[in-house]
Amino acid sequence: MTNAAEAFREEWGRVLAALIGILGDFELAEEAAQEAFATAAERWPREGVPSNPANWLVTTGRNRAIDTLRRRRTLEAKTRLLEAEAEETTEMDEDRAIPDERLELLFTCCHPALSTEAQVALTLRTLGGLSTGEIARSFLVGEPTMAQRLVRAKAKIKAAGIPFRVPPDHLLPDRLAAVTATIYLIFNEGYGGRGELAAEAIRLGGALAELMPDEPEAQGLLALMLLLEARRAARRSPDGEIVLLADQDRELYDAAAVASGRAALDRALALRGRGPYVVQAAIASLHAEEPRDWEQIAALYAELARLTDSPVVELNQAVAIGEATGPASGLALIERIDGLDSYRYLHSARGELLARLGRTEEARVAFARALELIDDEAEHRLIARKLRDLSP
Amino acid sequence: MKYAMLIHQGDTPTPLRPELWAEVPADEQAQIAADYQAINQTPGVQPGIGLQLPETSTTVRVEDGRTLTTDGPFVETKEALGGFFIYEADDLDAAIELAARVPAARLGGWVEVRPIQEW
Repeated sequence: MTNAAEAFREEWGRVLAALIGILGDFELAEEAAQEAFATAAERWPREGVPSNPANWLVTTGRNRAIDTLRRRRTLEAKTRLLEAEAEETTEMDEDRAIPDERLELLFTCCHPALSTEAQVALTLRTLGGLSTGEIARSFLVGEPTMAQRLVRAKAKIKAAGIPFRVPPDHLLPDRLAAVTATIYLIFNEGYGGRGELAAEAIRLGGALAELMPDEPEAQGLLALMLLLEARRAARRSPDGEIVLLADQDRELYDAAAVASGRAALDRALALRGRGPYVVQAAIASLHAEEPRDWEQIAALYAELARLTDSPVVELNQAVAIGEATGPASGLALIERIDGLDSYRYLHSARGELLARLGRTEEARVAFARALELIDDEAEHRLIARKLRDLSP
Repeated sequence: MKYAMLIHQGDTPTPLRPELWAEVPADEQAQIAADYQAINQTPGVQPGIGLQLPETSTTVRVEDGRTLTTDGPFVETKEALGGFFIYEADDLDAAIELAARVPAARLGGWVEVRPIQEW
């Protein structure tokens, strides 16, 4: 990425958020931001970068939007716009700090009245500054489909009256959960392969943690993503095979990411956070240590299971107990889990524990069932290898 | 913003379905009535309208100047619109909060919050 492109990405979300705050209209604000950045690209190399680039971009964008509206003369019912027009200044007011409204923007994009797909696309477009084409490619859909999804989402925000604000306290816990879920979804899309999405999610999580310094779950989410991302280089062997957590070379972990992740986790714990992201981050932090404290990990999974009521979490708890106190107790727990019969990792984990107990025939059946459920080629090779390695 | 709050009864027991309504304890019946009354008295609410069951409906079309009248449509009670009211609110969040107070929403039905077209 060039410096100009990087500056663009850094400022885009903040400038767009400020313009939406001023203009009260996503579509108009986005056009205005695009024009302001285009003007900057043309002028800055010639005239030099202004002392406060963000203010310059917002002021330029706002003036462009007002010009556009004058041309369109569709001002009537738009009081917010009329107010903006009334206080219009043509000269650059570069010293007045523009308010940072990225948080308002994030909560609007992640409003539960929008579909999850729309939330993700809108967040990447508005705060991430990704182009429609980039988002479309990341989610393996055609560009026209993605463009339509974005247009529809922006139209709904306007027509349905989705507010541009940080929700009041009584709504905040649910809405913050929606924001963290969207960011974590983006991260998970990038976890398997597309690293740029994971990096984008970490950038968004960093902004959220910075804008909500007193929210432990915001810190917890950032910590979790950093600690998981730190393992990226260790998760695959040089020939592209999956390396399981137990076999990963900790030398390959990104030490800086582990340190930043743990710092965010410490902030979350200091805020007395005990929510799902904080607990998951604490587990990820324990996994980065050698030797691992499986009893602690199992205890944290038990806590997470209580918080989330998720059978997948129970499975992880069972695996941790298998490591802490022996395969028989892990297996006993797995046999009690309901509703995961078509979940491949249940069968692979079961196969692993059965193999350790010397129950080879049952292990074979379990691995075979896992293989039926796996799509991913590298995962398929991993389990096929385990199946072959079972003693005859 | 003005919203149409469209109430779908779903499996909700209502007085229009006496066999279900009879199973609702008296204090719960009173609570439901009180909740609807409180909604009607909320500032911004234009008092609502309840609809009879869908089998009482008549459908009218005009083709080539002739009025065509048919019985129905026989929408399942579960799917049919049960009633509605208009709510003028600051934004969608306020409308969602009020929708969540509609008894049908917690008793097996749902509320569709639809912005009204302003001319």
